[in-house]
Amino acid sequence: MNFEIPNFLPAVPEMFVLGMACLILVIDAFLPDSRRDVTYGLVQATLVAAAGLTLWLMGPETVLTFSDTFVKDPMADILKVAVYVTSFLVFLYSRPYLMERGIHKGEFYVLGLFAVLGMMIMISGHNLLTLYLGLELLSLASYALVAFWRDNSRATEAAMKYFVLGALASGLLLYGMSMIYGMTGSLDIAVIAAQLVAADESLNIPLVFGLVFLVVAIAFKLGAVPFHMWVPDVYDGAPTAVTLFIATAPKIAAFAFLMRLLVEGMGPMHADWQGMLIILAVLSLAVGNVIAIAQTSIKRMLAYSTIAHIGFLFMGILAGTDSGYASAMFYVIVYAITAAGGFGMIVFLSRKGYEADQIDDFKGLAKRNPWFAFIMLLLLFSMAGVPPTVGFYAKLAVIQAAVGAELVWLAIVAVIFSIIGAFYYLRVVKMMFFDDPQEGAEEPVQPSGALATALSINGLAVLLLGIFPGLLLSLTHYAIIG
Amino acid sequence: MFADWPILSLLIWLPILGGFLVLAAGRDAPHVARRLGLAVAVATFVASLPLWFAFERGTADMQFQELASWIPAFNVNYHLGVDGISMPLILLTTLITVVVVIAAWESVKDRIAYYMAAMLVMEGLMIGMFAAMDAVLFYVFFEAMLIPMFLVIGIWGGPRRVYATIKFFLYTFLGSVFMLVALIWMYIQSGSFLIQDFHALQIGLTAQILIFLAFFMAFAVKIPMFPVHTWLPDAHVEAPTGGSVILAAIMLKIGGYGFLRFSLPITPDASAVLDTLMIVLSLIAIVYIGVVALIQSDMKKLIAYSSIAHMGFVTLGFFLAFYIYSNTGDWEGASLGIAGGMVQMISHGFISAAMFLAVGVLYDRLHSRQIADYGGVVNTMPWFAAFFVLFAMANTGLPGTSGFVGEFMVILAAFKADFWIAFLAATTLILAAGYTLWLVKRVIFGAVANDNVAGLSDMNRREFFLMGVLAFFTLLLGVWPAPLLDVMNATIDHLVAHIAQSKL
Repeated sequence: MNFEIPNFLPAVPEMFVLGMACLILVIDAFLPDSRRDVTYGLVQATLVAAAGLTLWLMGPETVLTFSDTFVKDPMADILKVAVYVTSFLVFLYSRPYLMERGIHKGEFYVLGLFAVLGMMIMISGHNLLTLYLGLELLSLASYALVAFWRDNSRATEAAMKYFVLGALASGLLLYGMSMIYGMTGSLDIAVIAAQLVAADESLNIPLVFGLVFLVVAIAFKLGAVPFHMWVPDVYDGAPTAVTLFIATAPKIAAFAFLMRLLVEGMGPMHADWQGMLIILAVLSLAVGNVIAIAQTSIKRMLAYSTIAHIGFLFMGILAGTDSGYASAMFYVIVYAITAAGGFGMIVFLSRKGYEADQIDDFKGLAKRNPWFAFIMLLLLFSMAGVPPTVGFYAKLAVIQAAVGAELVWLAIVAVIFSIIGAFYYLRVVKMMFFDDPQEGAEEPVQPSGALATALSINGLAVLLLGIFPGLLLSLTHYAIIG
Repeated sequence: MFADWPILSLLIWLPILGGFLVLAAGRDAPHVARRLGLAVAVATFVASLPLWFAFERGTADMQFQELASWIPAFNVNYHLGVDGISMPLILLTTLITVVVVIAAWESVKDRIAYYMAAMLVMEGLMIGMFAAMDAVLFYVFFEAMLIPMFLVIGIWGGPRRVYATIKFFLYTFLGSVFMLVALIWMYIQSGSFLIQDFHALQIGLTAQILIFLAFFMAFAVKIPMFPVHTWLPDAHVEAPTGGSVILAAIMLKIGGYGFLRFSLPITPDASAVLDTLMIVLSLIAIVYIGVVALIQSDMKKLIAYSSIAHMGFVTLGFFLAFYIYSNTGDWEGASLGIAGGMVQMISHGFISAAMFLAVGVLYDRLHSRQIADYGGVVNTMPWFAAFFVLFAMANTGLPGTSGFVGEFMVILAAFKADFWIAFLAATTLILAAGYTLWLVKRVIFGAVANDNVAGLSDMNRREFFLMGVLAFFTLLLGVWPAPLLDVMNATIDHLVAHIAQSKL
């Protein structure tokens, strides 16, 4: 049997992150509690260096390695950079939150780094097993992160829910994968696609059977209706720093996961999964936007808003065209940046013993700190999809994809629900600008230096990307279309 | 000599960047904010004058064009240009902004820098919308201006401001998203977002009707037409004076502009099919809303309803075209109706601005907009009374004022279409006289109603100046509308020639 030494070069960023995660784990064990900033600094440096490596290795060609289980293409490169950037922001926002609560532990960062590694593998998986391994690495790290504030009973409860439902979804995914493997005889994404094209018609029913399980598992992981029940509970129960993490970068990885599995692998069955995604998209848009109106907790509100955004994401993918995939990719990156800023604002308003997780906590923010009220205004209008913020172009792109696929009715459903969505974002704007601060919270607030800078840059990025959306849009088109 | 300057970009970005500068420099210094805000507004106005003087009459081409690539992935360009329809509206915008900035001098006390900044940013966005030749660019400006207006009503408005501003935002947002879907659909068909490419697109009748309805949602809400007008009285009543002025003088015109720029040329056949509906809705606005205005007890609400009725004339003028053609077989009357609607829009810009400012003058003194709280104001404020009566007369369409020109042209066009349409449209002359003069009678004339009115002081120099400027333009346009018509004629003739050709 010939044994070939695989080409390690495409996977250098992954190996680097793995090595650093192990190294930091060891270093952190020897650090006193007062020196946790060293861990923080190392983790951030790892992300920066990984971004450097990914950019250095970037190229227009598609490279397969490790017996075709691992792929590096422009989409993978760009999505990985997006994951690094959002994770970097998330860790930056989280630090003051963790410090104030006395839970500034190394585990947070190390688990986060392992989750980042899981995301990278999901993005580059080219084999059902690699994809599954990446997903599990991300999920296990996320469960632990939600639970890591041990003394907090709500967080523990959220972690239990997350774990049980996540494990169920993983089971469904494996079951679906085994069905597909049984019908096509391969775990390799490209081989599966080729087999599907050549597949006998009698295999159609078992294949669709397997496909349903794949789609359900993906819907579970992304939090699409009707598999969304865990999202509000986990977002609300987890410490805000962790919510910040699980609500942002993993969505980028989940997009890649969906692309690899459904588009590259099950692409020939587009007609079958398109219908399933339409149902998921419409339900997510409806339930997410309508139920968000009734929320009093801003974390739950943003959770339902995420569900609605997932509906939009599906709209881009189910169009089944390259420009649709590119628009979905643009959407997910924009979503991650905007959501990071939104949850970052909650971190900014919270203090020890005061979580600021109610919408009412935003009352009168314009009087307490006009600049950050403006930043939050930009973020909210971006989520609502109002120009000149970047959220508008994300919606424009996916609606364009849907109309291009002759799904005008779906585009109309989407815009109707986005009007309903606009209401609850506006309500927060109203509280910030038109209402007086709550009693006992009239004094001005000022975030610490790094948080203030990062939040400002995050908010202004939403505006600047909205005024100059051409570059990022071209980048996503390049990633998908070439 | 100005043709090579990026004058439109200057007009868009000078007030926007100036607005942020006012915010930065004037946050803790109200005096700086006021002066800087005025300087930016005046500079923008002066910079907009070359548009009028260097504008080439007699051609329907887009002028002062600027083109730069913006979103290559979707073939969207930063493409600006003006024709005879948009250029006068841009000048109206720059002039009214100066008025609004001066009007806020003393009456806005809370967070003046934010107020000035919001007004200036809004000015830039509105100019951008009028100047955009690319549909996405248009839509971006069209939507973006909701944000500052939302804040202006919500922060500086009256007691029910939150309700009013959210209603305003959601109504206009609701209207515009359907337009977005229509624009995208046309992009898929034509491969370009250039509005002129949309004009050239051949579209089947069913699709045209759907697109027409999508545009109708956007522009009918904005202008506003019956039955989607209900946000306007609420927004007007609660908005601060400056907000009301911008809303009435410019924002309503965006609806009319949209009908001319999008609905008529892109979907002429659907417009021809649905013109009866549009004419009926316009007549309802003119007659029914006129009657509604009669019974208002709040001055601002009365003027708001009067605005809706006057905008009914604008839509009537625009959509008479097909009716006239099927009646007389020629398109001459169509140009008259459209030109009349345009003149009416500009004229209403001056008159409604003046009327809302007049209410603002009274409100600043007595903090009431109720008609019942006033009476005999002429005894204590003679100058104010003189202006008020002048603008009231203009509002009723008295010959010699700008209000007459537009209404007369539209009614004339209506006669070519159908006697009964003209008859119903002409009732406005009576209804408007009814509600406006009755307002004058109750507020201005009669005995001094109470001690508050007895203690009123007349207008100061600043208020006098504002009223004087608006009175000047109202009378100028009333006695000599030819320059305005000259500017618009070529564009309107081109438009009529375009809609005369079926796309089916």
